[in-house]
Amino acid sequence: MKCIAFIQTKGGQASKASLEAAGFAAGIGETVAVVSGELNGDGGLGAVGVSRVLQGPAKLDDAQLAKLVSAATDKEGANLIVSAQDHLGKAVAGRVAVRLGAGIIAGVTSAPDGGSYTRNVFSGKATAQVKGNTDKLVVTTTPNAIGMPEAQGGSATVEAFQTDLGENKIEVLEAARPSGGDRAPLPEAELVVSAGRGMKGPENWGIIEELADSIGATTACSRPVSDIGWRPHHEHVGQTGIAIRPNLYIAVGISGAIQHLAGVNGSKVIVVINKDPEAPFFKAADYGIVGDAFDVVPKLTAALKAL
Amino acid sequence: MEFLVCISKAPDTTTRIAFAEGNTRFDEEGVQYIVNPYDEWYALVRALEIVESSGGKVVIASVGGADVEPILRKGLAIGAHEAVRIDATPEEAGQVAEELAAYAKDKGFNAIFCGKETIDHNSSAVPAMMAEHLGLPCVALCTSLEYEGEKAIMTRETANGIEKIGVTGPFVLSAAKGMAEQRIPNMRGIMAARTKPLTVAPASGASATTSIEQFALPAAKAGVKLVDADNPAELVRLLREEAKVI
Repeated sequence: MKCIAFIQTKGGQASKASLEAAGFAAGIGETVAVVSGELNGDGGLGAVGVSRVLQGPAKLDDAQLAKLVSAATDKEGANLIVSAQDHLGKAVAGRVAVRLGAGIIAGVTSAPDGGSYTRNVFSGKATAQVKGNTDKLVVTTTPNAIGMPEAQGGSATVEAFQTDLGENKIEVLEAARPSGGDRAPLPEAELVVSAGRGMKGPENWGIIEELADSIGATTACSRPVSDIGWRPHHEHVGQTGIAIRPNLYIAVGISGAIQHLAGVNGSKVIVVINKDPEAPFFKAADYGIVGDAFDVVPKLTAALKAL
Repeated sequence: MEFLVCISKAPDTTTRIAFAEGNTRFDEEGVQYIVNPYDEWYALVRALEIVESSGGKVVIASVGGADVEPILRKGLAIGAHEAVRIDATPEEAGQVAEELAAYAKDKGFNAIFCGKETIDHNSSAVPAMMAEHLGLPCVALCTSLEYEGEKAIMTRETANGIEKIGVTGPFVLSAAKGMAEQRIPNMRGIMAARTKPLTVAPASGASATTSIEQFALPAAKAGVKLVDADNPAELVRLLREEAKVI
């Protein structure tokens, strides 16, 4: 099996989610990566098992990126196309599948078992084993689910790659500004500190920010808190917000409604801090503290800072 | 402006998921269906807001059997002008996208709205696939939409934060949270929905390119380990030495 890995770069380096996708592909077959724009060396792709990198032009829209990836697939005679299920993957992977007449299996969470891929369904309440019925198949990998491949110390050769891409139909008027400062974006974050209505008001979020900063975590919140405007919408995790799968999820003052659990139960370890011992979230937690957030959180932050 | 809003039937967010027939089929017994929240709260409401302020029409479409008609009526009650049921029973995103694209192809919609994903299959694949079938740009994870004359000005989520973009001409968007606020239909809307047009369009016959072999439920947690509220240092020790996550 020959694979194409579609890679998103930042500052010339492959993103963490893209490196996971490339390592996933390299575990299945010989993998050629496709990137658009600037690249430092091989962008870190050789170390995860990629043999060659095809470098296309910069500043392409999603339709042009799909053309680039599809042309690379044809050129290489590949039949598995892998991308991260990140912002760009959601815009491009489906288009690639249509162009190639391929099936798409989106948001895969582990290495395939034969031709069978596991993905989350019902917003994380269940999983499904899915197989493709087409010669070519597009697979996207859920960030922070597959895990980073072991560095192999290899390097990949980089070749310029060009094809007829047509015109860019999406005009960027203002470049993106990181909304959460230096913190990792929620879908990729390994550590997340989240809080809910138990915080009583937006003015009390300082202790949550401090707890997050003490371990370099990203902050998140429950739906009611974003709906009433205490916190921005992009922090809402859960079934109707963002689904996350960090290594550690600390939930403060969140009762654990089924809709919230659906978005966070892929977390490897869940810590719940709640003053109500009957909060349903404790049933889904690995560790818990029954206590008042305003008392427990500063003490926990102090203990973490003492490390 | 004439907009198409694609809506999907989804199990209510409080549904406890179970499977039947050797875990090969979703067990629908006792399940309440709703309009997929991203399609309704964000995509449909924003389309209606624009049409209500500057004129035009909102058509809603769903791919499915007669069982999707209640959610189409709900969309009409919220304010959509016409509803179309595309008469197919899709098994996967690729079929949904192909059926919707076949319907939308010659209709001249100014924009096609979808939610960013459905809460049952979570593929986020339909908007991009439909856009490719139609040869249109696709704005994924869109968080706001305004028109300046003919030009659509949008913000979207990217890996680097929120980006502001412009598109001239028709496009497909997938709506994320922030685009609009949920709207509860009033009695007048519900009454009006009964007489608004709901037509059935034939399927184009798209075939499934993937198949679900089996479902599974996640393993239950072993049980919570409680730490005394006066001793958070013990929690830190457990996270470090036992769970090894910090």
